[in-house]
Amino acid sequence: MIMNRDSNIYTVVYASVMVVLVAVVLAFTSQALRGYQKKNEDNDKRQQILRSIHVKATANEAETRYNEVIKEAFLVNDKGEKIEGDAFSINVVKAFAQHTYPVFIANVEGKTKYIMAMQGAGLWGPLWGYIAVDDDRNTIFGADFSHAGETPGLGAEISGAAFSSRFSGKKLFYDNTFKSVAVVKPGKSVANRDYVDGISGSTITSKGVDKMIFDSLNGYVQFLTSQNQ
Amino acid sequence: MGLLSSKSKEILLGPLSKNNPVIVQMLGICSALAVTSKLEPSIVMGISVTAVVAFANVIISLLRNTIPNRIRIIVQLVVVAALVTIVSEVLKAFAYDVNKQLSVFVGLIITNCILMGRLEAFALGNGPWAAFLDGIGNGVGYAVILVIIGFFRELLGSGTLLGLRVVPQAFYDFGYVNNGLIILPPMALIVVAVIIWVHRSRNKTLQEN
Repeated sequence: MIMNRDSNIYTVVYASVMVVLVAVVLAFTSQALRGYQKKNEDNDKRQQILRSIHVKATANEAETRYNEVIKEAFLVNDKGEKIEGDAFSINVVKAFAQHTYPVFIANVEGKTKYIMAMQGAGLWGPLWGYIAVDDDRNTIFGADFSHAGETPGLGAEISGAAFSSRFSGKKLFYDNTFKSVAVVKPGKSVANRDYVDGISGSTITSKGVDKMIFDSLNGYVQFLTSQNQ
Repeated sequence: MGLLSSKSKEILLGPLSKNNPVIVQMLGICSALAVTSKLEPSIVMGISVTAVVAFANVIISLLRNTIPNRIRIIVQLVVVAALVTIVSEVLKAFAYDVNKQLSVFVGLIITNCILMGRLEAFALGNGPWAAFLDGIGNGVGYAVILVIIGFFRELLGSGTLLGLRVVPQAFYDFGYVNNGLIILPPMALIVVAVIIWVHRSRNKTLQEN
């Protein structure tokens, strides 16, 4: 086969055919693996929710443990009223934009815990997490944070237990007003609200976590206070 | 090794030592520093790069007589990018946790200099079998270095190997502490340097004056 490999037509046709072939192969791979990936993502989400109430589960047992521990999952609006919707599979960013907030009710050793979703921004990308409160709807029982691409060894440390365990026992309300929990530079302190140490060397991620907790839980305030009186 | 001619043997085994992509050619250093704080991601990264470089080499080698010269780099990039995307999707489906740890570095295999280097220097001028061996050789050469670095960094930095505790509790009771510094990328560079030092002192031919 004799062909002029330097001609424009050959080059354009070659590039077009190549691109179409690659697109087909990639689309096929993506479709074929979609089911497995979805399952992994769901189990990962279950593990995050379970970590916020100190329940350890491997990816394989996440689904069983989740079904055991989580008694109820629903959405609330910004007036604290229960509304229709699937709390687990809803996209938290979209839900917050429509002023709907996922709530998970867990039963840990006979005690009721309320788990709320959080969504915010770090230095390089989105942050998200779950925070669980005791049945006084004020004292934090546990928390779990995740991130898309914070700096390993610095901002990425927020996803470790060393950071999230600092939140246990902190109060969201001070003098009956919602104050959230501040994330401060290690060694600093703030007046009139509870605070935890941030991560040294990752100021922006720490501030992002601070803002995320405040902004996200702000939508839950009515829900948290509605049955508090 | 009876199946391989002496030339094939050299193509396959050369990159493991005398012509190692990381410690002799100094390619792929970036990812070698970034993913090696634990042993498991080092192994997965090594396997992923080996798979990508071997198949990219074969594909480019098969296409080498048809590729228009003016867009050959683009063709190589498309082939590599497609393979990396497939590897990334497979990891997401079957090794989700490791994929999370490797995060952006799977995508960055595309820019790993070893790939473009082998495609340009070898696959464009050799047949598919030789190119496959070359890819495996270079991938394994890279993986071996990553595993060595990952081994020492996880052992000294976390006291574990593949997540299992190997430094006994008694050591900690006597005041032994994990070296947090070795988890940070600069220490990986120093580990690489020590490997290069040992390697050069054993291979006189590689020493420069």
